[in-house]
Amino acid sequence: MTKTILHTDNLSTGYTSKAGKTVIADNLNLTLTEGKLIALIGANGIGKSTLLRTITGIQKPLEGDVFLNGKKVTDYEPMELAQNLSIVLTEKLPPSNLTVFELVAFGRQPYTNWIGTLSAEDIRKVHEAMELTQITHLSGKKHYEISDGQLQNVLVARALAQDTNLIILDEPTTHLDLVHKVALFKLLKKLTHETKKCILFSTHDVDLAIQLSDEMIVMTPEKVVQNEPCNLISDGTFNTIFKDEHIFFDAEKGKFIIR
Amino acid sequence: MANRKRNTILFTLLGLGLIALLLVNISFGSVTIPFEEVFASLTGSQASKSTWEYIIINYRLPKAITAILVGMGLSVSGLLMQTLFRNPLAGPDVLGLSSGASLSVAFVILGAGFMPPFLSTILLSSYGLVLASIFGSSVVLLAVLLVSQRLRDTMAILIMGLMFSSFTNAFVSILTYFSSAEQLQKFTFWSLGNLGNLSWTSIVILTVCVLIGLLLSLFSIKSLNALLLGENYARSLGLNFKRYRLIILFATSVLTGSITAFAGPIAFIGLAVPHIAKLLFQTSNHSVLYSSTLLLGAATMLICDVVSQMPGMEVTLPINAITSLIGAPVVIWLLVRKRKMMN
Repeated sequence: MTKTILHTDNLSTGYTSKAGKTVIADNLNLTLTEGKLIALIGANGIGKSTLLRTITGIQKPLEGDVFLNGKKVTDYEPMELAQNLSIVLTEKLPPSNLTVFELVAFGRQPYTNWIGTLSAEDIRKVHEAMELTQITHLSGKKHYEISDGQLQNVLVARALAQDTNLIILDEPTTHLDLVHKVALFKLLKKLTHETKKCILFSTHDVDLAIQLSDEMIVMTPEKVVQNEPCNLISDGTFNTIFKDEHIFFDAEKGKFIIR
Repeated sequence: MANRKRNTILFTLLGLGLIALLLVNISFGSVTIPFEEVFASLTGSQASKSTWEYIIINYRLPKAITAILVGMGLSVSGLLMQTLFRNPLAGPDVLGLSSGASLSVAFVILGAGFMPPFLSTILLSSYGLVLASIFGSSVVLLAVLLVSQRLRDTMAILIMGLMFSSFTNAFVSILTYFSSAEQLQKFTFWSLGNLGNLSWTSIVILTVCVLIGLLLSLFSIKSLNALLLGENYARSLGLNFKRYRLIILFATSVLTGSITAFAGPIAFIGLAVPHIAKLLFQTSNHSVLYSSTLLLGAATMLICDVVSQMPGMEVTLPINAITSLIGAPVVIWLLVRKRKMMN
């Protein structure tokens, strides 16, 4: 039986303000298991980011709980959480002189001493992560000298070096062309299968996600469903994502068509 | 690793250079003292004239030590601010601490006429100015720390500091408008900075403050490195962001506050030296930057002090003018040269 890494228990996400609670999604019962590549899709503003923020413990759930490796996400100490969960964000890196190696090595921060000295074990893990993502040849380059596609691989390598069994990526394919999108998805797929990690990523490339992910979490205004792509196609879930009469999902071709 | 080798060479050169600069710094002054005599006084043996020994032990050595403390403290706090605010233009003055000190010193000097005579005599003594300056920067420090606890956005702290600076500057202008020429001159002298005139007791106090600030910075090196990726990544690496932001702000405040109190608002060092270190060592790794900024800061300040003494001449120039005069061209030159190397 495959191990559950993260599951949500009647989770509701949203914001609390003085005016009251704003529920964005409720009654979520999601399960993320090891060795799976899981895509999170939905229209803009549907609450993907809020869900990711809640799962990663940045934001408190309105109701229900998120359990990561058997413990509530909100109960983790920052350092302990960093050893169980790593993330790749969409935001641009601030300007600096960091080399690719140094960037990947930051993934080891939760394990290093007070001044951040890398042990032999740390260096081995960094090299391993760079080999898995095929960026070893870039090791000495500055992070601003490489292409967007290579940088995305570097950031994935950094998350790998953090040695967590769950990696969450927020729209990792945004700035990439088709070739690099496919390459990144394939890399993520390879990583889940080779390292038995679970990788959850949000994306707008629904047709690519259908072809390459093991499971999908689809957020629609009515409900949130988690299932395998083929089942989601056959039960017509994709047609409920966009409230637009001009866009419909062609189940045979497995992609969206514009009328 | 070629880089490591290069760093070792650079650090050795910097260390040796610093020792040489210290000796040069002590050798120069308005009274000419032969180099052998300087060395003799420093190593504890008798100099041939007791006045020389007196000048060196009680005047030049304290000044050199102050220069080193000021250089180290301001440069490191500039480094902290530039990383925390992710802004290459940030320096120790961005938090508004030196402005706070200026305002309260301005109040004391320029407002002395409105106070009862006995109070103004106490306040206008050199210790009075130090106390006023400490008071001014601590008030701003407390304000910054309180606000930083309530604000999620780090940039807001930066803007607050800048707003506070222009507010105090406006206030100081109003005060100067209503003051006498003599008062104005006194305030101008304070604001030009002064590394001398510190008693050994003051130096001990300053050393303790600078050491506290530098130690706190040392413990922030790992978090500063994480912050290079931005706040969100830093958090995901297990960094307790709010706590470290507080530590970094506190360290800067202690450094800037104490230095401004004893030496006046020294300009430019905090902004320029971290850039010189970054361009020289070509790295963003704070464990390298921290030590290089320390050494470069001390060295730069010693050079500025030597220049301000105008070797061979009777006059001494204000240190604050020299730091900018030397600092600005150096940074411009380094930036231009770096551009060439990249192309």
